This record gives sequence, structure tokens and C-alpha cells, in this order.
Amino acid sequence: MMWYFLMSDAFTFGAFLISYGTIRFSVNHWADPNHVFNAFPFAGHANLPLAFVSLMTFILIFSSVTMVLAVHEGHKMNRKGVEKYMVLTILGGLAFLGCQAWEWTHLITGDHAVLVNGQIEHWGTTVSKNPWGPEVLFNGKEVATPGPIAFGGYFFGITGFHGFHVFSGVIINLVMLIKTRLGHFDQRGHYEMIEKAGLYWHFVDLVWVFVFLCFYLI
Amino acid sequence: MSQHTVISPEISFAPEHASGTKRIWRTFWLLSAITVLELAIGLAIYNIHKGANPNASLVLAFKGMVCILTIAKAYYIVSIFMHLGDEIRNMIMTIIVPLCLFIWFITAFLWDGNSWKNLRNTDGGSKPAQTEQQHHLPAVEKDSKK
Repeated sequence: MMWYFLMSDAFTFGAFLISYGTIRFSVNHWADPNHVFNAFPFAGHANLPLAFVSLMTFILIFSSVTMVLAVHEGHKMNRKGVEKYMVLTILGGLAFLGCQAWEWTHLITGDHAVLVNGQIEHWGTTVSKNPWGPEVLFNGKEVATPGPIAFGGYFFGITGFHGFHVFSGVIINLVMLIKTRLGHFDQRGHYEMIEKAGLYWHFVDLVWVFVFLCFYLI
Repeated sequence: MSQHTVISPEISFAPEHASGTKRIWRTFWLLSAITVLELAIGLAIYNIHKGANPNASLVLAFKGMVCILTIAKAYYIVSIFMHLGDEIRNMIMTIIVPLCLFIWFITAFLWDGNSWKNLRNTDGGSKPAQTEQQHHLPAVEKDSKK
């Protein structure tokens, strides 16, 4: 059953990402991810393209591994093992959500000089403002002009939708942990429910792999 | 390893599960290696754009490589982590065959997007195609400004 739900969700995310690709390739200038996403927490203004999002990718991959290990322990009917790996998976999910929250905050509260109607304003990246447009010469310096408005909507919309899936996945994993602790699966005689929760969690990781590809690499 | 003598009647098929976690960790390292490779290519694309004369075909080739690497990652996650590779063939096909719609989906829509860009640049096809405006930054680091 979970597989069928995941198929429908895959098409939903697929539709979002493909429409993003269509719009992105239909304009002459799009924000360069290496310039938009070059910040790292506690690193000040250091230029570290792709560094933070790579960390997020590894966190999610690692939490997927701990999830598989939890399922593996479930096959052996090893309750302690399942608990241990579920805790690690939940921590991984929370870490990812924390990182995404930082990324969003950094973007929205960012400060970028934009030439608007002959004046320099300072914009963050939001759903209605895109400071990553083509650069022009203004008073002898290169200054950005507003970029395609779709950028914010797509970025926050898709990563938000994905983040919502991570959040619900963490909740599901928490419920699984509690049920494991209470001995429900020992009573039932099998840990199949952990395996189904695992499918959802791996799906969330898989979507992130494609979000990472579409927004940060191509 | 704990032996459970009572197998729940809800289980109709108890899979022969390899008792080691070696396969799982091996897949983790493989996924990590592919990710590092993707990042290296991403940084290569970044450096090409910083350079004087960005070679568009090279960038396209790199982007193609990155897409293939991502599909490889997807294969490993679905087949080994989600255990689809251990399911019966009909189940595998139930998942894979509908997903093949994505091949058309992606091709058609990216083709459309590209067509819209051409129409934009040629005033709906009434003007000759002008060269796409190069909006690449010169070799000035963005972080040198506030």
C-alpha cells in the first residue's frame, strides 16, 4: 500500500520539479545557485558554494542508512536495536529540518543590492522579490537587477513541500519509536510497520536527491 | 542472533535475510562517493562559469553526467534501501513501468521551456534569433561586495 502512495507522491513532486525546469529554461537569466547558496552557518560571509546543501544531503543519506539498519534489526526481532536506530533516524530528520530552517532564514533575511527604478534597494530572497537578476553597470559598479519572480515561489514552495514531508516523516518515526518501546511489535510478532515507515523515509530522501539535483546542480 | 520461534500468522512469507549489515554500509559509501562526484562536477561547472569563455557544450555535458549520477543514486536507494530489488518481478514492474512516463514528461516539458525561450528571443518567431544574452558574472567574487 505504501508503495502506491509513494507512486502518487512521486508524480506530485515530479510535476513540481518538471514545471520548475520548464520555467527555469524558458528565461534567459536564472539565479546562479553557486551564488545564491554559498553561505554556511557560523562562517560569516565566506564563499562556500554548495557546501551547506551537501551537508544536508549527507545528513539525509545517513538517516536513511540508520533507517535501513532499524528495519534490519526488526527482522531479527531485536527491540533494543530497533529503538537505537530509530532514535538516530529521528535525530537526522530533525537536523535536516534545522538546516533547512537556517537556509530559509538566511535567504529571506539576506541583504543584496538591487537596482530598482534607478535606485539601490536591499532585498532578501522571498516569494515576491528576487535580487538575483542580470547584473548591470551602475555608477561604475556591477549591480544586480530584479530576477524572474518565479524563483522564490518555486524554491520555497518545493523545498517547503519537501520539508513538510520530512516533518511528517519524523512524526511517523516518532510514533514507530514509541510503539516499539511499548512492545507493540513484539506482541504482534513482526516489525513490518517499521519497514513501511522506512519506505516513506527513503522516499523523502529520494525526493531530496532530485531537489538537490534540480535546484543546486543544473 | 535471537531466534524467534513464533512467526506471526500475519507473515505469509519470511524472507531469507542476509544476517550482515555489510551490504547496507557498502551502499552508504557508494551513495556518498556518487554525491562527492556530483559535487566535484558542480564545482567544475561553477569554475567554468567564472572563466573567460564558458564552453556551453562542456557545461551541458557536465549537467548530463550529474543527471545520470543522480539516477544511479535513485536506483541504489530504491533497490537496496527500499528493498524493491528483493521483491518479485511483477511488483518491481508495477513501480518501474509507470515511472517510465517521466521520460516523456521531462523531455516534453523541457522542450517546451526551451521553445518558449526561443520565442521570447525572436519576438514570437518574427525576428531572427539573437544570441542569448550572456549574463555570466565577470571574474569578480560576489563576496567582495557587502
